[in-house]
Amino acid sequence: MSTSATPEALETFRRETGEWLDANAPESLRGRGDDPLNGVWGGRRWEFRLPDEKLWLERMAEKGWTAPQWPREYGGGGLSGAEEKVLRQELKARRMPAPLIGFGLTMIGPTLLQFGNEEQKREHLPRVCRGEIRWCQGYSEPGAGSDLASLQTRAEDDGDHFVVTGTKVWTSYADQSDWIFALVRTRHEGARQEGITFLLIDMASPGVSVSPIRLISGSSPFCETHFDAVRVPKRNVVNGVNGGWTVAKALLGHERSMIADAFGASSGGSGRRKTLPQLAREYLPGSDGRIGDAVLRDEIARNEMDTRALMLTVQRSRDAARAGHQPGPESSLFKVYATELNQRRYDLLVRLMGPQGLGWEGPGFAESELRTTREWLRSRGNTIEGGTSEVQRNIIAKRVLGLPD
Amino acid sequence: MQLVLSEDQELIAKTAADFVAERSPLSRVRELRDAGDATGFSRSLWKEMAELGWVGIPFPEEHGGAGMGLAELAVVLEALGRNLAPEPFLSTVLLAGQAIALGGSREQKQAWLPRIAAGDALLSLAHQEARSRFDLGALETRAEAAGDGVALSGEKVQVLDAGVAEALVVPALEAGGISLLLVPAEAPGVSVEAQSRVDGRAAGLVRLDGVRLGADARLGAAGAAGPLLEAVVDRATVGLCAEMLGAMTRAFEMTLEHLKQREQFGAVIGSFQALKHRAADVFIGVELCRSAVMAAARSLDAADERAAGLVSLAKARCSEAFLHAANEGVQMFGGVGMTDEYDIGFYLKRARAAELTFGDAAWHRDRWARLEGY
Repeated sequence: MSTSATPEALETFRRETGEWLDANAPESLRGRGDDPLNGVWGGRRWEFRLPDEKLWLERMAEKGWTAPQWPREYGGGGLSGAEEKVLRQELKARRMPAPLIGFGLTMIGPTLLQFGNEEQKREHLPRVCRGEIRWCQGYSEPGAGSDLASLQTRAEDDGDHFVVTGTKVWTSYADQSDWIFALVRTRHEGARQEGITFLLIDMASPGVSVSPIRLISGSSPFCETHFDAVRVPKRNVVNGVNGGWTVAKALLGHERSMIADAFGASSGGSGRRKTLPQLAREYLPGSDGRIGDAVLRDEIARNEMDTRALMLTVQRSRDAARAGHQPGPESSLFKVYATELNQRRYDLLVRLMGPQGLGWEGPGFAESELRTTREWLRSRGNTIEGGTSEVQRNIIAKRVLGLPD
Repeated sequence: MQLVLSEDQELIAKTAADFVAERSPLSRVRELRDAGDATGFSRSLWKEMAELGWVGIPFPEEHGGAGMGLAELAVVLEALGRNLAPEPFLSTVLLAGQAIALGGSREQKQAWLPRIAAGDALLSLAHQEARSRFDLGALETRAEAAGDGVALSGEKVQVLDAGVAEALVVPALEAGGISLLLVPAEAPGVSVEAQSRVDGRAAGLVRLDGVRLGADARLGAAGAAGPLLEAVVDRATVGLCAEMLGAMTRAFEMTLEHLKQREQFGAVIGSFQALKHRAADVFIGVELCRSAVMAAARSLDAADERAAGLVSLAKARCSEAFLHAANEGVQMFGGVGMTDEYDIGFYLKRARAAELTFGDAAWHRDRWARLEGY
């Protein structure tokens, strides 16, 4: 497979990919590509909802196309960026879902490719690609939120093992995951960041327990994960003992851009949700097709325009990158602005619904009303998770504006 | 649409930045104001800008222009905006010049555009009336049939650079619609009285008392030039936004410099988190404006049918972000920010004037909603 594909080679790839998809993409899954979060997460505990989901995963994994750009020797497809784009376009054209999603593909995989040793890559990446192992993340602790470097989960040296004791919070989907990548303290003196190790832990190990967290919006994927003298082989250390902070920072940056991307994509209107103006017309019918309430109309227009301005800024950042420029300062605003915009949007949505926005469950409320109210509550967490808005503003002030500590 | 500067645009930006740094410091604006200069800008600098090719950027090559677009002009206007250069791009190039370029006959274009591009002819558009606020159609000025042509009567306010314009493009009601008429400043019945504005920009009251004009004075058709006027003002709005982008960027830079140097309570005030977070918000506002201005200019250049919405997006954003940057600037400078001696006040005044030109943020949000059908 060529990496510096000529337009002709790319067209050949497109044709061959299309032919393969036509022959191998199960008909029953068409149209399931519209909701990216409703995909196959994989793992030992995963139950396929349709037999064809399993078939689709196996066929795509065989091609290496669950992780199209990863090297072939680790189970990936070895595609170039341009080829992966073609693959995604061909999938989209057939309304086919990605065969596999999850933190293995988006977080630990790229991290191991960058920081892992050969043995780790060979052990873990192929199992991620085949959807056999589901991963979760163990960063935050009850006493270490924004100030992550103050984490206290300790890993004590015991020969060829570490013995891990402590608690991680906000471990999304930990109750359904097989492995966790976690930050643990391996040194208590000196600079706090320099005593942290990035550790891969099999959640089937004795001493690991998980309890779900209930949010203000109801049940959630979040869990608390406890480690009670869990023995972890030292070969599961990534980037060396006390070298974990570098890995964590790289991963956090990745997570923030993922969050911003997700908001950018969702606010673009995937077609599944109604837009603010559509909802406003339902709840506030006016004369001549305009929204009846001039104040809310102004707020809606502001929200729609702010969304457009953010999307244009994301586009500007990508266009600059494609033109070969260094990343500009604008990318530092995505997380803070996208999350605050999303909160303003949900605030507006609930107010648009009026008293119909007060439903928790049961009769008298439409399913979409109940969902929107829960999502409004959930959106309050957007400016906390993945780096609070306050931390983001500190970062902008320091790194972009050069203001002193 | 690519939201990145092309190599040619980068080159224009570099030339403009060097020119502004060397030839157009902010002190020039202060001097013009203090001298009570009736022209309000430098004619010799205008001529130099014409020689650099900037004045002719948006006009066709066959009429002495460069045949480029708003995306290129915006790069120049942003650079000039940094130091609030008062040269008459808005009145002459973006308003009257665009009206002629978009709506003029071949003869009108040939008569005016080469002279405009060469920096020899100054013109303006007299759209504002005392009670029209931001509504381009709310006119009391009328053109009534008189002989082979019309007689024009009415009063226009805050006509930019009215005192030096040799001709004015005047919107007037005619036959139940809007006509645009090209009126020589020398014509009998035209009188101009200078107005003094908060931002120091030259403007004038224009009285039209039965001004007789031939049918050849019209730009576009009688009573049907409303869309032309809107198209012209959309272009001018993007130009103004580019100027605002440069000005808010500079106002913010000045504020940051102050935050890094001023000490109180034994610390540089830029180390205080209350100020850091507010500075971060100004930064976010400016960056979003840059994307919106680039998109609006490019979509007008591409004659995209959704361009009007992007123009309103740019103007709504720039109106708020520039004022925000200027207000925060004055606050963060503290007491000296209130003194005439410091420059930040010039930006605050310009921010207000630019906000209330071609529609403020709320007006453009309402326009966006109308364009989107709600």
